[in-house]
Amino acid sequence: MSALADSQTKTSNQMDTPRGSDDSTGSVIRLNQVWKTYRMGDQDVHALAGVDLNIERGSFWAISGSSGSGKSTMLNLLGCLDRPTKGTYLLEDKDIAKATDDELSDIRLKYIGFVFQNFHLIPQLTVEENIGLPLFYQGIEGADASKKARTLAERVGLGDRLGHRPTELSGGQQQRVAIARALSNDPSVILADEPTGNLDTSTGDSIMALLCELHDQGKTIIMVTHEPDIAAYADFELVMRDGNIETIRENPPNPKRTATPAGGPS
Amino acid sequence: MIWRFIRNVRLGIKTLMLHKMRSMLTMLGMVFGVGAVIAMLAVGEGASREALDQIRKLGSQNIIINSQKPVEQAAAGAMNVRMNIYGLLYDDLSRIEQSYETVHRVVPAKLLRGQGRVLGRTLELRLVGTSPDWFDLVARELIAGRRMSQRDLDENSSVVVLTEHGARRLLAGQQTLGAQVLINSGYYTVIGVVKSEESQSSTMQTPDQNIDAYIPINVAIERFGDISVTRSSGSRSRELVELHQLIVQVDSIDHVESTAAAIDRMLELNHPKKDYSMSVPLALLRQAEATQRTFNIVLGSIAGISLLIGGIGIMNIMLASVTERTKEIGIRRAIGAKRKQIVGQFLIETVVLSVTGGLIGIGIGILIPWLITMFAQMPTAVTMWSVMLSVVISVGIGIVFGMYPAMRAANLDPIVALRHE
Repeated sequence: MSALADSQTKTSNQMDTPRGSDDSTGSVIRLNQVWKTYRMGDQDVHALAGVDLNIERGSFWAISGSSGSGKSTMLNLLGCLDRPTKGTYLLEDKDIAKATDDELSDIRLKYIGFVFQNFHLIPQLTVEENIGLPLFYQGIEGADASKKARTLAERVGLGDRLGHRPTELSGGQQQRVAIARALSNDPSVILADEPTGNLDTSTGDSIMALLCELHDQGKTIIMVTHEPDIAAYADFELVMRDGNIETIRENPPNPKRTATPAGGPS
Repeated sequence: MIWRFIRNVRLGIKTLMLHKMRSMLTMLGMVFGVGAVIAMLAVGEGASREALDQIRKLGSQNIIINSQKPVEQAAAGAMNVRMNIYGLLYDDLSRIEQSYETVHRVVPAKLLRGQGRVLGRTLELRLVGTSPDWFDLVARELIAGRRMSQRDLDENSSVVVLTEHGARRLLAGQQTLGAQVLINSGYYTVIGVVKSEESQSSTMQTPDQNIDAYIPINVAIERFGDISVTRSSGSRSRELVELHQLIVQVDSIDHVESTAAAIDRMLELNHPKKDYSMSVPLALLRQAEATQRTFNIVLGSIAGISLLIGGIGIMNIMLASVTERTKEIGIRRAIGAKRKQIVGQFLIETVVLSVTGGLIGIGIGILIPWLITMFAQMPTAVTMWSVMLSVVISVGIGIVFGMYPAMRAANLDPIVALRHE
């Protein structure tokens, strides 16, 4: 609980003082006055308007907000799929704003694990190959890659489905494969975009249980969701509005979370 | 590295196998393109080899000089019965023999018409009065008996060497060697039978024909003289020709062309009417080779166009594939694939397509000439270099026509690509 309280103090700190100035050795992500501006016709639209944010290592965040609030832009930016127009974004102390396309690819490969609403598995690859895809791009081949993919498949409960194609799996199973894939490069941050959006409630709950388990094992997770039930799993809930952070609130410990066999934080 | 490449190739094949029909249809362009290249070159090569072979039969060290009726005299000859006097002279023979160091030997020939008769059978013959050297310069396989010898010449023997064709027509079913053949008004003893060149192409005539009958030249002079009379459409024309043909053998191939030029200059002095023609097989050979090159260029251009179309077909499908797989590209980019890795993936797919198509095309390109030879009896020759060239071109087409779709895939914005449905 002390870790949570620590995060809480830091975030509340950021709420009223300029961010990024404080010592944050525990931060994975630091945004400082980040702007993202699109040009629509002859008008500038600010999808992000001067966002400041610090995300501690090992924390679990939910980002919500109505459509057009900038949460998708936020996710793309945090996932290094995009660069800020203005301001600085430090991920593991690397300045994303100045990175080239190839460098962004490398950063995504090393530090980011994506989990998408539509699972986004590659249909012609088997479960094992899908999980091993980040390893392939890291140049890890053969027995090492195979062993790691198997271990991860077992960890998400799909050890017996390695040779299957994504189309032969249920939605929940596909999302587990996607999570295993996101884990295979040992990323600093797992970014989940509506991970339960295409799943029924009970399957969604099991996916959330898996994410919580990962959080308990020390993973940093950032999740975009519009469902309050799902957002309630996170430690912190960030609500966006008009391209900026409206509120950040700390959630009470979730009963579903603490019920997971892996146990809550100690 | 090689592991990675193999894995990429396997992935490419796997992806292409997802759309078997489409991949196959796409490959067809390459299959026919490459097949056409190899088949056309094989047919061309076969034809040219045949031509070259024929020229070689003329003897590449030989210079062939024929008597030729001068143009103005040919016209005059048709009007009156005056004697036409033209052609090579006995003096030309000795002049050529004695004047040039590079001339190895010269074979004279008198070419006369005659009718061969054995019992009831007759055959129009071309009587060739020549020397024994003929059989060295116009080398043909001896089937039976012996060739003409110097002794036949010295003794003025009435002997004849027939061609296989002539022997079969006149003497089939009978003892050939030693048979007496009546040619015009004289009897000749058959001493040998040689093979002759069957096929006579219009562009070049071999010195021998299949209706030849070879007799010693002095016998020919003694029995037929130098004057021949031909009757045509009611008028008679008389011709005086000493020698109809001279075959000059030069000591080495390197000297053929210079010797031919020198002989030509000398003959020009003695024959102001230009009543002879000279043909140099080696020059024909060079010319045939040049023709073959032109032919290859034309065929190559046609084949190139079909390959271009094949390549465009591949590019078209790959562009469709990029659009269709936009999401996959987005996923790979989000995971951390670099642009060049996406380019590599798509390029490998196009190269796999084009090379597979190319290999099948090579198979077809080898099969078609084989069938042509089987059923149309046309000579064909599949050359190694055309096969190698096809492989190189297949890879090249894969890379050239795959580059644009691959670049397009790589330049997709991953955010847009991920949202694509």
